[in-house]
Amino acid sequence: MTQFKPGSRIRSAVCDTEVMVIAAPDSDAQLTCGGAPMHALDADPPAGAALDADAAEGTQLGKRYVNEAGDIELLCTKPGKGTLAAGGTALTVKGAKPLPASD
Amino acid sequence: MLLEMAAQGFGPRVAVQNGEDRLTYQELFDAAGVAADEIRASGAKHVALLDVSSLAVPVALFASAWAGVPFAPLNYRLSGDELDALLARVEPAFLVTDGERAGTLAGKASVVRSREDFLAGARSGAQTEPSWGMDPDEISILLFTSGTTGAPKAAVLRHQHLVSYILGSVEFGAAEAEDAALVSVPPYHIAGMASVLSSLYSGRRIVQLPAFSAEEWLRLARSEAVTNAFVVPTMLSRVVDALEESASADLPALRALSYGGGKMPLPVIERAMKLFPDTSFTNAYGLTETSSTVTLLGPDDHREAAASDDEKVRQRLVSVGRALPTVEIEIRDDEGRALPAGERGEIHVRGEQVSGEYLGRGSMLTDDGWFPTRDGGWLDDAGYLFLEGRVDDVIVKGGENMSPGEIEDVLLEHADVRDAAVVGVPDEEWGEAVAAAVVLRKGATADEDALKEWVKRHLRSSRVPSHIAFRDELPYNETGKLLRRVVRAEFAEGS
Repeated sequence: MTQFKPGSRIRSAVCDTEVMVIAAPDSDAQLTCGGAPMHALDADPPAGAALDADAAEGTQLGKRYVNEAGDIELLCTKPGKGTLAAGGTALTVKGAKPLPASD
Repeated sequence: MLLEMAAQGFGPRVAVQNGEDRLTYQELFDAAGVAADEIRASGAKHVALLDVSSLAVPVALFASAWAGVPFAPLNYRLSGDELDALLARVEPAFLVTDGERAGTLAGKASVVRSREDFLAGARSGAQTEPSWGMDPDEISILLFTSGTTGAPKAAVLRHQHLVSYILGSVEFGAAEAEDAALVSVPPYHIAGMASVLSSLYSGRRIVQLPAFSAEEWLRLARSEAVTNAFVVPTMLSRVVDALEESASADLPALRALSYGGGKMPLPVIERAMKLFPDTSFTNAYGLTETSSTVTLLGPDDHREAAASDDEKVRQRLVSVGRALPTVEIEIRDDEGRALPAGERGEIHVRGEQVSGEYLGRGSMLTDDGWFPTRDGGWLDDAGYLFLEGRVDDVIVKGGENMSPGEIEDVLLEHADVRDAAVVGVPDEEWGEAVAAAVVLRKGATADEDALKEWVKRHLRSSRVPSHIAFRDELPYNETGKLLRRVVRAEFAEGS
């Protein structure tokens, strides 16, 4: 299983989705997008992976995706067709708490 | 990375404009890519900028990140030995400066480009890489602190700090298409850097004002239908003065006005809130070392405080608000022990955006991750933070500690006083004595005795200044920070 440290950028093997890892515990479940394991931005995508039709809800630019426990958080830096998931459970969009602009 | 997202999200929108000249998000992204190639090819280890605000600022900032070298914006007022010393510290550097200095500084940096040449090159080329990696541990920005007390230190902000700050405080693409931010703080100030990042990540158009004057600020705010602006207290004070004759400021588009970077006198913010009744005010407190803002006094806090009959709540108008959700604040005593609400001590800050590191000196963070700010202050029961000036400015008179800010506030409430600065001066009997430099309003008649009596009536008699000197102006640096060492030096010279 591949570990990604906070700050690293990873991409989907089956769609255009790219994310930056904001939080991920050492013992995290495997991160997938569109049903396939994600990989480092500069690594070659594994051959033969295809988008799983059951994991194709899509990702939105600039949204943050979290698991229920709140210890995994990904920032979508490029949108795509797949669904982000950790250990087989889909991540959900984190609600925005707007702050007044300060600068 | 932040710009890469913004270019995808709102490519055709105007990202930044300076006079008639402008760049869309896509154009800014492309120009930064071209400039990054040039910087990489030059072998420079830093990108230095010695200039006022221009389109070259965001291009150079993002190109540095893309090329993987720190961006060091320098104070454009520097010259001579001071400037040479800073340039020597960032060698080998890729220097962007104004046309005139591009000639005179040739040879002082590995590469010297005028702002115009740099921009023209960046806009005409074709970028070669569609995306860029970013090591969160690398240095993003080196900011030489204003050095109000001595030689400038280089504060280190790494990508992880700035990204934490932006993600913690700005929602991507939250701005409306017509939103515009008027940026009048200089690029070498943390607020200048933060405003570029925050505005672009939210999708706001940046309107640059390179040389602040109240008249020009008001003109641009009206002609560009500016919706958001950040000012330092001195700027707001001048804008309010310029509007003195008007009943209202007549800026219908201005939704939000934020201020910070120095202590805001109560009379100025009260007058501003009357002049801009439909504008939301936000007070932000932060330091270079903490990647800008760590506490906010938001629009609701302002309204609630101004309308309250409860003295404790109304007092919050002069506080800097509460910590961001991603930041912790603690007040500690001289021994590093945490103090309860209401007690004065040194402000400590902790959070992922907090760097607290200086080049060549390492991290100033405590073992448990707190940054000692050297700012004095206290928290009220609800977590509102009140600043009490720099810890080093505290006056110790006969064993009693007193904060200059407390005495200045009382002086400023006197109808005849336009500005006031209080410092400690050496005193044989007490160790230190209180001295006040005061600027009177035009036609005012208050004399030394009247002001002493005023302070005595509002504070303890120990706070009454032993010396009061009248001045035409007080010494501020260009970002609105009072230069206390200059005030002290003037008293020492007996002038």
